[in-house]
Amino acid sequence: MGKIEWAMWANEQALAAGLIYATGGIVGVAGQFRGWQFAAFGIAAGVFVCLLEYPRSKRGKGTSVERTGQYCFTVCVKAFGPLTRNYYVRAFLHAALCVPGGFMLATVLGCVCLGIASLIYLSAAIHGEHWEPILPRTEPPKRVGNSIKEPPQNPPPRPPPELRRKKADKLETAAYDNPMSVTINE
Amino acid sequence: MSNWIINQGLSAFILVVWMGINIFLFVYYYLFYDLGPQFEYTRELLGSALAWARAPAAVLNFNCMLILLPVCRNLLSLLRGSFIYFALLKQLDKNLTFHKLVAYMIALMTAVHTVAHLLNAEWYTNSFQGRYGPLASKLSMLGDSRELNTTYLNPFRSNSTTPTIFVFTTIAGLTGVVITLALILIITSSMEVIRRSYFEVFWYTHHLFIIFFAGLVFHGAGRIVRSQQVTNPPHNNSFCKDQPENWGKIPECPVPQFAGGFPQTWMWVIGPMIIYLCERLLRFIRYMQPVSYRKIVIRPSKVLELQLVKPGFKMEVGQYVFLNCPAISQLEWHPFTMTSAPEEDFFSVHIRSVGDWTEKLIKMVENLPEGGMAVDGPFGTASEDVFDYEVSMLVGAGIGVTPFASILKSIWYKFKDSDPKLRTKRIYFYWLCRETYAFEWFADLLQVLEKDMEERGMRDFLTYKLYLTGWDQSHVNHAMVHFDKDTDIITGLKQKTHYGRPNWDREFEQVRQENPSSVVGTFLCGPQALAKDLEKKCVRYSDVDPRKTTFYFNKENF
Repeated sequence: MGKIEWAMWANEQALAAGLIYATGGIVGVAGQFRGWQFAAFGIAAGVFVCLLEYPRSKRGKGTSVERTGQYCFTVCVKAFGPLTRNYYVRAFLHAALCVPGGFMLATVLGCVCLGIASLIYLSAAIHGEHWEPILPRTEPPKRVGNSIKEPPQNPPPRPPPELRRKKADKLETAAYDNPMSVTINE
Repeated sequence: MSNWIINQGLSAFILVVWMGINIFLFVYYYLFYDLGPQFEYTRELLGSALAWARAPAAVLNFNCMLILLPVCRNLLSLLRGSFIYFALLKQLDKNLTFHKLVAYMIALMTAVHTVAHLLNAEWYTNSFQGRYGPLASKLSMLGDSRELNTTYLNPFRSNSTTPTIFVFTTIAGLTGVVITLALILIITSSMEVIRRSYFEVFWYTHHLFIIFFAGLVFHGAGRIVRSQQVTNPPHNNSFCKDQPENWGKIPECPVPQFAGGFPQTWMWVIGPMIIYLCERLLRFIRYMQPVSYRKIVIRPSKVLELQLVKPGFKMEVGQYVFLNCPAISQLEWHPFTMTSAPEEDFFSVHIRSVGDWTEKLIKMVENLPEGGMAVDGPFGTASEDVFDYEVSMLVGAGIGVTPFASILKSIWYKFKDSDPKLRTKRIYFYWLCRETYAFEWFADLLQVLEKDMEERGMRDFLTYKLYLTGWDQSHVNHAMVHFDKDTDIITGLKQKTHYGRPNWDREFEQVRQENPSSVVGTFLCGPQALAKDLEKKCVRYSDVDPRKTTFYFNKENF
């Protein structure tokens, strides 16, 4: 199926799952449903998953597209080192977080979506992928080329000699030779 | 403002109509369930939550009907072929945009619908457990029994039914969860990032729509939305609702009867489902037609030219086909614009090596091709309209020049045959390219055209400008030394190559001056940024006055 980086899809799925988990939790708590404690957990877990998944990973091949304003999240997620870098940890974490959601209807959709995200992350981990932060590149300041300090060794290119020869009858009127047209280029 | 109307007005109008229908459906069905007397007792149990669930359901019916239609490319091709008002045709270019818009609406309405039903499930349970007072309890206690002649209102029938159990034991609940899950997976795999990088994931996951529609059709089969039926003698709600304990005991208050609503979703979606099925059948039939190789050429810059022959294949200028090579991948179909003219007895495509599939294809044909190819199409895009405009501006960036190659070749043939169907009087062709090798493909075509035009004394018919956008110092040096040669040093053509990007303001001004009171069609095959630029210029240089020049913009995109 081509060289796909599963983590990219897992990331989209997990972010969506986090939102759905949190929304279901809000409905459960606001409506004071039976089992609202699971809904409260759902809100917390959903928000946590969103924060964790918001910064996109740098792709193995190709250009990575950042999400808007993800830099501060990248820094936070990066601070946890191997815990966030490794996708096995993420797969296990999502699987664990999704279980309480299954006990209540409002969060059951979030639970299943997060479970699917966990499975895709497992696939990513098995394929050896890992999370890499997207950091802004510090460009080395452009150096002025060395050649600017040396005077040119060769004269500028001139048209071949037969063109340079002035026509005898026009010698007096010709002030100087124009090898190239100096009017504005079309 | 008036220029905006010319170029964008119809799209805006269609959007307004679509949104208007959505709003109308939402409000109508909300009021139907929130004010209708047959739902008074239901509202006793659920408040407005039922209306909040049924209103988005109506909008969902409408949009699920619409979503299949923009992706029936064979159907759209048929529509383009038939005689329809010229301006409507431009709308068909935006079919994918509309598909996505409808999809967003479906997602939004699904969210509202689901949340409302979560509330419903919870409140039905509460009613059954007597938390809402005597009327609610009495209503919930109504059983579903033929002997006692009662029909139920509350679908929760026992104390041990929790919302979760209810969802997984009813048709509506189960189908609802399954199709919402399918929808979520479809949406996450359709995100631009995934679609542009891993088309296969997007395409295969998108086929979950089959599960979506199957579940959708059966979603209402359980008929658990109940409305009150007229009984004989009639049950007077306003009189009887204060004395639920007397129901069945006094003549004014017989036990109220309820019945489920007839499922309606299938009526909305069955038409488009059949149309889409026909669409897929047509694609399959075309797939089975044998395709033979006529000529294979490997060009510089890793470009492959394939000339193919297929019985019964008819094309028009600038159309594209989908190619499938079972030897590389059974299920992958990739679109390519055809570079041959309809007047030729074969069709050709130029394929550039950009990804796995194209790389494998080029490698495969370098040795003799072992497999056959399958072709679906042709499908029409905007370029078909180029001969309907008096004046056309054609802009191709890099390999985006391919549809215009087809057009230029067709012009040459029409010219030779003096085809009266040719309405076009002038063509301006702009080709933007980064590297010089790219010119080689069509340098011969342009040379032939150039010679032909001169022989017939019609130099004005085709004006072409080539822009080398990736020039560097060596190009400059080379140009400076050979400045006075008659033909261009890079292409060998009489028209000199320009360096850098075109100044579009100047170009549009020139076209406007040379063609007063004409309708000019601008066609682009190239990057999005350039499309935005050209679209703005079209709007800016157009004039509502029919005696002055008007520019219309058409874009192709893959």
